[in-house]
Amino acid sequence: MIPPAFEYLRPKTIPEAIAFLQQYGEDAKILSGGQSLIPMMKLRIARPAYLVDINRISGLSYIKEDGGFLKIGGLTREAELESSPLVQSKYPILLDTAHVIADPQVRNLATVGGNLAHGDPANDHPATMLALGAQIVATGSGGERIIPIEEFFLSLFSTALQPGEILTEIRVPVSTARSGGAYFKLERKVGDFATAAVAAQVTMDANGTVQKVGIALTNDGPTPIKAKKAEDFLRGKKLDEANIQQAGQLAADEAQPSSDLRGPAEYKKGLVKELAKRALSRAAERTGK
Amino acid sequence: MAKKLLVSVNVNGRERQAEVEPRLLLVHFIREALQLTGTHIGCDTSHCGACTVVLNGKTIKSCTMFAVQADGGEILTVEGLMQDGNLHPLQEGFKDQHGLQCGFCTPGMLMSSYVLLHNNPKPSEEEIRRGISGNLCRCTGYQNIVGAVQYASAKMAQGGAK
Repeated sequence: MIPPAFEYLRPKTIPEAIAFLQQYGEDAKILSGGQSLIPMMKLRIARPAYLVDINRISGLSYIKEDGGFLKIGGLTREAELESSPLVQSKYPILLDTAHVIADPQVRNLATVGGNLAHGDPANDHPATMLALGAQIVATGSGGERIIPIEEFFLSLFSTALQPGEILTEIRVPVSTARSGGAYFKLERKVGDFATAAVAAQVTMDANGTVQKVGIALTNDGPTPIKAKKAEDFLRGKKLDEANIQQAGQLAADEAQPSSDLRGPAEYKKGLVKELAKRALSRAAERTGK
Repeated sequence: MAKKLLVSVNVNGRERQAEVEPRLLLVHFIREALQLTGTHIGCDTSHCGACTVVLNGKTIKSCTMFAVQADGGEILTVEGLMQDGNLHPLQEGFKDQHGLQCGFCTPGMLMSSYVLLHNNPKPSEEEIRRGISGNLCRCTGYQNIVGAVQYASAKMAQGGAK
């Protein structure tokens, strides 16, 4: 399939990219990894007249701890996340997530920034970042602004990024003692979008009860869903089997999946409950380390 | 029609150039502009991996990239695997272990395996299966493909080609 014709722009710096985006407004799209955008262009669902390729801009790809955050550059490839010793040792929930995004070839190009900015509730990082309570750094002509992840996903394929803004960095609160997270995804085959998936991140206090908790769902509605009722239930409680079971049920109640070729809605809700239980159990294990 | 842009790439060791529309997919550039038809178009929807080539040392699906994005880069296609007229140990392995039937997925399998062995010369079976997880095969059931990669890994450990 052949996309419609477009003009191709290759800025060397962020200000140059922003200038192009402002000049062409709604007619322009950022080309990052392209692993979501290009398939849509080939199907002619997306028809940008201008493609702003940001891949040659240096300084946008990094993974580092700094100032109380794990900072990930927007252009960091999923494969780089997978092979990062820092992620492997201290942020296994991100490793879990990167591992189940598409396949090795796609992960060589797909970027963490793109996975979030595309606004597809079927992408995997949105739920994980919601569970982690991350922040998005958006860079525009006025400089940088911080968008809390809870305010980032507005509707299907729509995020809080303004035209003329580039998602340049993702900030995850730095890993602390007694915290752990996990991402569990069921897919029909390697590379598929989730039939259902759940991200869970917990921090325990010294008494062994839940101090902080984040639970979020992939591909269960028009945006990634933060399972607030499940979170509220768990706060202050022990992470034992009964509470995990109850939290799983609450998370399933908050899911709004559609019936489609991946299965009926009721089946997917059942999956959410089971995957939430597994993610919470694994997260609990990882707090003990 | 958008104005054409010049794309310069090193393909299998040779410098190649062409004027292309921005919307020309890399796989069409390889197959049509460069006449290297070993790289196949299977699904055209980024699932099957038959279009896999190596760009700047990493496997990518050439149906999901525009040729202009590869400008200045180094590409290895299946045609570039032979060395001095000899089959690469992977190609030998696919032959010896019957790692193909119709052969349509094979170029993509070879390129994914090539990079896998480059990064991990002695992979476990699970690592091989993960390494080729972006390449679909409808004929073989993958067992002999895994065997072919293991054959090549052993051969290369003995001091074959890289």
